[in-house]
Amino acid sequence: MQLTNRSKIVSNKKMTLVEKIYLPAVLSGMSITVKHLFKKPATIDYPKKTREMAVIFRGQHVLKRDENGAERCTACGLCAVACPAEAITMTAAERKPGEEKLYREEKYAAVYEINMLRCIFCGLCEEACPKEAIFLTDKTVPSTFERDEFLYGKSILTEPLNSTVDVSKRQTKDTLEFKKDPHFAHNILFDPTKPSKKSTKH
Amino acid sequence: MLAFIIYKFILVLIVFLISLGIAAYSTYGERKIAAFLQDRMGPSKAGPYGLLQPIADGVKMFMKEEIIPDVSNKWLFILGPCIAMFTACMTGVVIPWGRPLIIGGETYALQITDINIGILYVFGVVSMGVYGIMIGGWASNNKYSLLGAIRASAQMISYEVAMGMSIIALVMTTGTISLSEIAAQQDHGMWNVIKQPLGFLIFITCAFAECNRAPFDLPECETELVGGYHTEYSSMKLGFYLFAEYINMFISSAVISTLYFGGYNMPFINELGLANNVLSILGVVFLFAKIIFFIFFFMWIRWTLPRFRYDQLMDLGWKKLIPLSIFNILLTGAIMIAKDLL
Repeated sequence: MQLTNRSKIVSNKKMTLVEKIYLPAVLSGMSITVKHLFKKPATIDYPKKTREMAVIFRGQHVLKRDENGAERCTACGLCAVACPAEAITMTAAERKPGEEKLYREEKYAAVYEINMLRCIFCGLCEEACPKEAIFLTDKTVPSTFERDEFLYGKSILTEPLNSTVDVSKRQTKDTLEFKKDPHFAHNILFDPTKPSKKSTKH
Repeated sequence: MLAFIIYKFILVLIVFLISLGIAAYSTYGERKIAAFLQDRMGPSKAGPYGLLQPIADGVKMFMKEEIIPDVSNKWLFILGPCIAMFTACMTGVVIPWGRPLIIGGETYALQITDINIGILYVFGVVSMGVYGIMIGGWASNNKYSLLGAIRASAQMISYEVAMGMSIIALVMTTGTISLSEIAAQQDHGMWNVIKQPLGFLIFITCAFAECNRAPFDLPECETELVGGYHTEYSSMKLGFYLFAEYINMFISSAVISTLYFGGYNMPFINELGLANNVLSILGVVFLFAKIIFFIFFFMWIRWTLPRFRYDQLMDLGWKKLIPLSIFNILLTGAIMIAKDLL
C-alpha cells in the first residue's frame, strides 16, 4: 500500500556506461552545489537578529490591566472552561473597599495559574474571555529544568504596571467589528479610531 | 657559501610558514565553504567574519588534555603524528614557486632544491606518509583505529599505482621528471592538461584518494569508524593529523598546478614585456591563485559527493583507473609515434 506516490521501486539493474563513468553525475552534482554558494544563507544570526514572528503568533499569556492599572480579570472561569488542555485554574476572591485601584470589578482572581506544559497555545481562552483580560503575546515561553517552574502564576502573567504589553495586533478585523457592538462597550480595550478614554462605570 | 645557506634557510622558512598558514586557513575555508554550499553562515564569531577561528582552534588544540591510552604502544603512538606532519611538510621543497629572481646580478631560484627527479621525490615522500597513519592506527590498540589504518594503507597503495601510471604518460610528453623543467616547458607551450586530459583526471582522482579526502575518506569516516585511525588521539597530536591532511591538500594542489596547469605561468604574460622580477613575483601570485582554486576544488568535491563504499573504492582503483591509465600510456605513445611519422 502506498500513502504517497513518491516512493521509488528499487531495482538491481546494471549501471549504464554513462553512469559507470561517474563524471556526468559528478559534474551535475557540482553544478548544484556551486549554485548554493551564491544563495543567501538561511541562518538568522540569532543573538544579533531575531526571527520575525507573525503578528498573530500565539505565545505566553498576559493578564491585561485596564487604563487605570486595575486588573481586568473577574475570575469568571470561562477561560478555564474553554481551555481544551485544562491548563488554567483560578481561585476567585471578593474585592474589599479600598482596593478599587487594584481590581476593576467586585470579584477578582486571587490565584490564577496556567500550566505551560499543558497549554497548547490555541488561544481559546482569549476568545472566551468576556472582559478582554487574557491575551496571548508574541513572547515564547522559556524552557527551564523543573516541572513546577512551568506553573505560571499571577506574578508572571499579570501585565507590569509601568509598561503595557501591546496586543493590539492580535485583533483581527472580525473581532474589532464584533467589539463595536454597544452591548459590549464596557469591554472595549482597543479602538483603532479613537484612543480609549472609557472609565469603569457600571 | 654563507649567503647561499642564509638564502636557502629563509626560503625554507617561508615555504614552511606558508604551508602552515595555508593549512590553518584551509580549516577555516573548509568550514566556510561547507557552510555556504549548505546555505549556512559558517564560523562568524571569532574576529571579523570569523577570521580568527584557526587561531582559536589552535589554542584549543594545545590546551586540551593529552591522553595516551594505557594499552597503546607509547613510542609508536607519538611517532605516528610526527611522521604524518613530517612527510606533509617535506614535499614542499621541490615545488618551483616562481621563475628565478635576479637581484644584483645574482640568480635566486624560488625553489628550495631543484633535484632532477622531482616527481619521484614527491612520490617517495607521499608514500611514506602512509606510515604515519598506519603506525598511528596500529599503536592505538583500538579496533576502529586499526580498521581505519588498514583502509588507509590499502587505499593509498592501490591509488598510488594508477597515479604513477598517469604520471608516466605525462613524463612521456614532457621528457623530464624535474618539476622545474616541467613548469618551465609550459611557459611558451600549452599547459599539460590540454595534452593529457585523461591523465589529469586520473591524477586528480588519485590525489583525492591519497589525501584521504571525500569521496574517498574511508580511513576516517565518522559514520563507520568513529574517527578512523585517529580515534584515540587527542590534543595537538590529533591536531597534527588534521593539520597534515590540510598540508597534504595544499601540496597536492601545488603539484597538480605545476604538473598540469602551468605552475607559475600564465598565458600571454610574456607579451606584456614586464621586467623579470615583476614577472617572477606575478608568477608566484598566479601559482597561489591556482593552488587556492584547487584547494577550493577539493572542498567543493567533498561537500558534493557521498562517500564511496569500500568495495566500490577498490573496484574504481584497480578495475577502472589502472586499465584507464595503461590505455592512456598507450594512447600517448601512439600519438607520439604518429607525430613523428607525419
